Amino acid sequence: QNVSVEVLDHLEQLALVDFRDLEGVERLQKAIQFADQLHEVNTDGVEPMDSVLEDRSLYLREDDVTEGNCTKELLENAREKVEEYFVAPPGNIPLSKLEERETFLQGS
Amino acid sequence: QVSAALKEGRVTPTELCQRCLSLIKSTKFLNAYITIAEETALKQAEASEERYKRGQPLGVLDGIPIAVKDNFNTAGIETTCASNMLRGYISPYNATVVQKLLDQGAVLLGKTNLDEFAMGSGSTDGVFGPVRNPWSYSRQYKEKSVPKSHSEDEECNWVITGGSSGGSAAAVSSFTCFAALGSDTGGSTRNPAAHCGVVGLKPTYGLISRHGLIPLVNSMDVPGILTRCVDDAAVVLGSLAGHDPKDSTTIQDNFKPFELPNLTDVSKLSIGIPKEYHAPGLSSEILALWLKAADLFQKAGAKVAEVSLPHSRYSIVCYHVLCTAEVASNMARFDGLEYGHRSDMNESTESMYAATRREGFNDVVRGRILSGNYFLLKQNYEKYFIKAQKVRRLIADDFMKVFRSGVDVLLTPTTLSDAAPYVEFIKEDNRTRSAQDDVLTQAANMAGLPAINVPAALSERGLPVGLQFIGRSFQEQQLLTVAKWFEKQVQFPMIQLEEVKRHDHGVFQDQKSTSFS
Repeated sequence: QNVSVEVLDHLEQLALVDFRDLEGVERLQKAIQFADQLHEVNTDGVEPMDSVLEDRSLYLREDDVTEGNCTKELLENAREKVEEYFVAPPGNIPLSKLEERETFLQGS
Repeated sequence: QVSAALKEGRVTPTELCQRCLSLIKSTKFLNAYITIAEETALKQAEASEERYKRGQPLGVLDGIPIAVKDNFNTAGIETTCASNMLRGYISPYNATVVQKLLDQGAVLLGKTNLDEFAMGSGSTDGVFGPVRNPWSYSRQYKEKSVPKSHSEDEECNWVITGGSSGGSAAAVSSFTCFAALGSDTGGSTRNPAAHCGVVGLKPTYGLISRHGLIPLVNSMDVPGILTRCVDDAAVVLGSLAGHDPKDSTTIQDNFKPFELPNLTDVSKLSIGIPKEYHAPGLSSEILALWLKAADLFQKAGAKVAEVSLPHSRYSIVCYHVLCTAEVASNMARFDGLEYGHRSDMNESTESMYAATRREGFNDVVRGRILSGNYFLLKQNYEKYFIKAQKVRRLIADDFMKVFRSGVDVLLTPTTLSDAAPYVEFIKEDNRTRSAQDDVLTQAANMAGLPAINVPAALSERGLPVGLQFIGRSFQEQQLLTVAKWFEKQVQFPMIQLEEVKRHDHGVFQDQKSTSFS
């Protein structure tokens, strides 16, 4: 079964990366096919495993500020900044719909 | 050995550093390094020299030239992950493991090449181009290749290093440094170690800090260690392991650095041979080598038995789902706002992010992000992501059962075959290759177990083939002891690099026989 254009579009919006071309879409189809092999395994009664260290209690330090004051260093790697702010383009504007976006999926 | 030489004054840290730097220049065609930190390295070497003069070296690693994979943050030095997304990114801090090495006096020569964001098994998919396996230029390989015309030969026949820590493996293999850091998520340290004929250690998950290692899969990533012999790996491990308050996934148990005993009696050892690791596609050469090794242990008195890890063949599928899912999450931080590449698109934050990521990531990275997001969709979450987590437990349990039955160490092949020529390797896409090449190394990451590649022999084509030992969690001492015994038995041959010899005979002679411990 092929993945529908709606789902592909949805993925592009969620991931904010594009499929680029047919190869990209086929790559996803193959990935799904590959992953489907998991269903051959019987996992009744098996708990999902998040981490191999699940039996241990991990270290949490006290919620005290121990370092910081490195504004200058942190700003150095940003391209757009003003005083001590990172500058972003206007928010709350959703990504254009499929028909208006420059995406390979448009033809589908 | 070289550490002793430094102590005795037979060679000075600055001399050593300069020789390595010059060797890096003469082996530039390998493309193992992305950034060479010449000035800072020389300064570090000078500081080390002062300490030796005063008779106060910081330790065995003082003055030893090392290289670090370019996905570790290094203060003041560009860290790119071989991606356009981080071109020009100068880290404001050192990864914990880098800091630890520098605190021991090690001399950081530069950052090594890799597959973009450590995704791949060939070190061929980074923006700075592929890394060439130094063995492509060895006499051993050239003697066995069918000559076309002499000049065509080298250009078409060179083989890959394996990946994704190919640059680090090539750097160690070509003597430009004495140890290198790699990372291992699915085999990325052991795979290139096998192809380049060096020791590649993947420590237990939770033993070494990941702070500063640009993450791929948070639940499986570990820093990897590449060296020319097992003793060296133990020394580096000793300086890196231990709890780091900045990485809460490092365990809090006290870690004591150890020296490896020279094991002579293996009769109390129980070696397991997992039958499922006789995977489809395993070359007959490697199969024979594996069996020969098992025989070696048996003849020496160890208990060698076949064991079963029934879910082995699902490990790679499970990895594929969990890896892409975590990647989708980890790559979300790259939006151009605070660091890295930023697109000129300025209409809205979303369109800027989309354009930045479109411009900054290569096909492989984008593919994994999209697949990962697919598996994480509400309608797929249970079916794929949770399912994969359940299978992960089954895989980890398989190992637990085998170790509980008395097996100390598992012996398996590391790769399915020796290194492929680049022109052959690129015929298949990255995902297919990774799925094929990670088959034998991946499960150890799934279960968080320590594993090590030890070079075992040369293939019929004159290229290195390694074997893998997998140990119990946090039992690196036992694992490395067994690996060291094996290393001694096989006497893996030294690479005979002719190109390099021509350029600087003196350098070559000195680096050749040296380990640093």
